[in-house]
Amino acid sequence: MIAEDSWRLTVRMDALRLRAQMIQAIRRFFQDQDFLEIETPLRIPAPAPESHIDAVVAGAWFLHTSPELCMKRLLAAGYSRIFQICKCFRAGERGDRHLPEFTMIEWYRGGADYRTLMDDCEALINTVAREIGLDDVVSWQGRRIGLKAPWERISVRDAFARYATISVAEALRTDRFDEILACEVEPHLGMEIPVFLYDYPVEQGALARVKEADPGIAERFELYIAGMELANAFSELIDAGEQRRRFEEASRDRRRKGSPVYPMPERFLQALPRMSPSAGIALGVDRLVMLLADKSRIDDVVAFTPESL
Amino acid sequence: MFTASDLRKGLRIKIDNDPYIVTEFNFVKPGKGQALYRCKLRNMINGNQFERTFRSVDVFDEADLQEKKMSYLYKEEGKYCFMDNLSYEQVFLNEDQVGEAKNFLLDNIEAEILLFEDRPLGISLPNFIDVIVTKADPWAKGDSVSGNTKPVTVQTGYQLQVPPFIEEGEKIRIDTRSGEYLTRVKG
Repeated sequence: MIAEDSWRLTVRMDALRLRAQMIQAIRRFFQDQDFLEIETPLRIPAPAPESHIDAVVAGAWFLHTSPELCMKRLLAAGYSRIFQICKCFRAGERGDRHLPEFTMIEWYRGGADYRTLMDDCEALINTVAREIGLDDVVSWQGRRIGLKAPWERISVRDAFARYATISVAEALRTDRFDEILACEVEPHLGMEIPVFLYDYPVEQGALARVKEADPGIAERFELYIAGMELANAFSELIDAGEQRRRFEEASRDRRRKGSPVYPMPERFLQALPRMSPSAGIALGVDRLVMLLADKSRIDDVVAFTPESL
Repeated sequence: MFTASDLRKGLRIKIDNDPYIVTEFNFVKPGKGQALYRCKLRNMINGNQFERTFRSVDVFDEADLQEKKMSYLYKEEGKYCFMDNLSYEQVFLNEDQVGEAKNFLLDNIEAEILLFEDRPLGISLPNFIDVIVTKADPWAKGDSVSGNTKPVTVQTGYQLQVPPFIEEGEKIRIDTRSGEYLTRVKG
C-alpha cells in the first residue's frame, strides 16, 4: 500500500513539473500586462445562486464555487485589471474531467467586452505553450491541434445547426440543452484548432450581459480545445435589478429540484451598480495541464484525488 | 433507492422491472449546465446492452438480487439443475447462464447462484477446484522436443494444458476464473 502510493505519486512527477511551470507562465503573462494578482476568501457566506452549481458547506458558510462575486466587488471599487489563481469547490462533481476541488485562473478587464477575452485566451495559451517548449501545435490523445491565432468562432445557434440533431430552440423547449450540447456538439469542438462557442441563449448566461441587438442572447462564450471545455467568459451583467431577478429565478429552480437554496449575496448586489462595463473569464488550470501534458484524465495532473486521501 | 449520483461501474439497478448492471460510466457536465451521468447498461436477463444519459433528478430502485448457495445435481436437455442447500428447492439454468462454469461442474459442487426475484441469472464457482485427470498421454521422460505442456482431460470433460509430468489418475487444482492449471494436489 505504501509502496503503491509512492509509485502512484512518482509517475505523476513529470505532469506536476509541467503544471508548476505553466502556473508560473500564467502568472507572468498577467503581471506583464499590469494585471494585479488578487486573493479573495475561499470561505464565503453566500455563493452565487446558480441552478446547477452546488457549493460545499463549511460551517455556517460555504466554500466558494468561483471567486466571481468578490472579484466583481473589487471591479466595482475601481480595480480594472485583476486576476486570481485559486482553488474552487463544487459539490458532487467527479469524473474524468471533474474534481470537486479544482484550480481556476479567473481574470477581469474593466472597459472590455467578451471579444477582448477571446484575444486574451489566444495570447495566454500560446504564451504558456511556448514557455513549456511546445511550438504552436499541441498533440492530445493522438490528435494534433494547431494553436496559431485566430481561432475558430462559432455561435451556439450555428453549432447546434451544424452538429446537433435538434435546434437550440427545440433543445431548450424540451429541457435538453445541456444534454445535446455535451453529447452531440462538444465532441466536435476544437478538434483541429481551438473554438470559441459564443452567444448563448439568455437563460444559459446567468451573470452575462444581454446582447443589445438581440434580447434573447447573452454575451457569453466558452473555449473548447479537443472537445474539452476550458473556459467560460461573460460580458458582465451590471444591471443589479436584472441580476437579482436572475438569482431569484435560479433560487426558485433550486428549491423546485430540492437543492439547497443559498442566501442572496446582498453585498455583491449592492456593489454591482458601481461596476463599469467589464468582461470576466474563468479558465480551468487542471484541464489546460491535461491538454498540454497530453493526459486523458484530470487525475493524472494533480498530486492527490479525493479517493487517494 | 439510488439517485443518479450513486451511479458507478458495477451498480445493479432495476429499470422497467428488469435488473441492469452498469458496464460503463462517465460523469459529464457543461460548466454552468446540468450534471449528466452517461451509462452503458446491460440487461442481466437477456444480455441486451444500451446507452443512456441520466440527470441528477433521476432515481432508481435497487435490483433485488440475491446470491444463494446451491449444489449442482445434474444436466438434462441442456438445463443444469441446482438445489438450494437450505430449502431443497431446485432451479434450472441454461447454457448461457452457466457459461464457462460448465467446465467445472463437479457432482454436488457448491456454487453461488445469482437470483433476481427468484429467477436464476448466473453462477459463480469457488475460485479453485481440485479435479482428477482422466486422460493423459504418458510422460516421455527426456523428451524435450515435446514442449513444456501437454493436453489432458479431467473428470468434468474439460481439456487443458498442464506440465508434462502430470499423469492419468492424478489430482490437479484449476483456477475456475481463468480455466488454467495451478498445481498438482497430493493424496
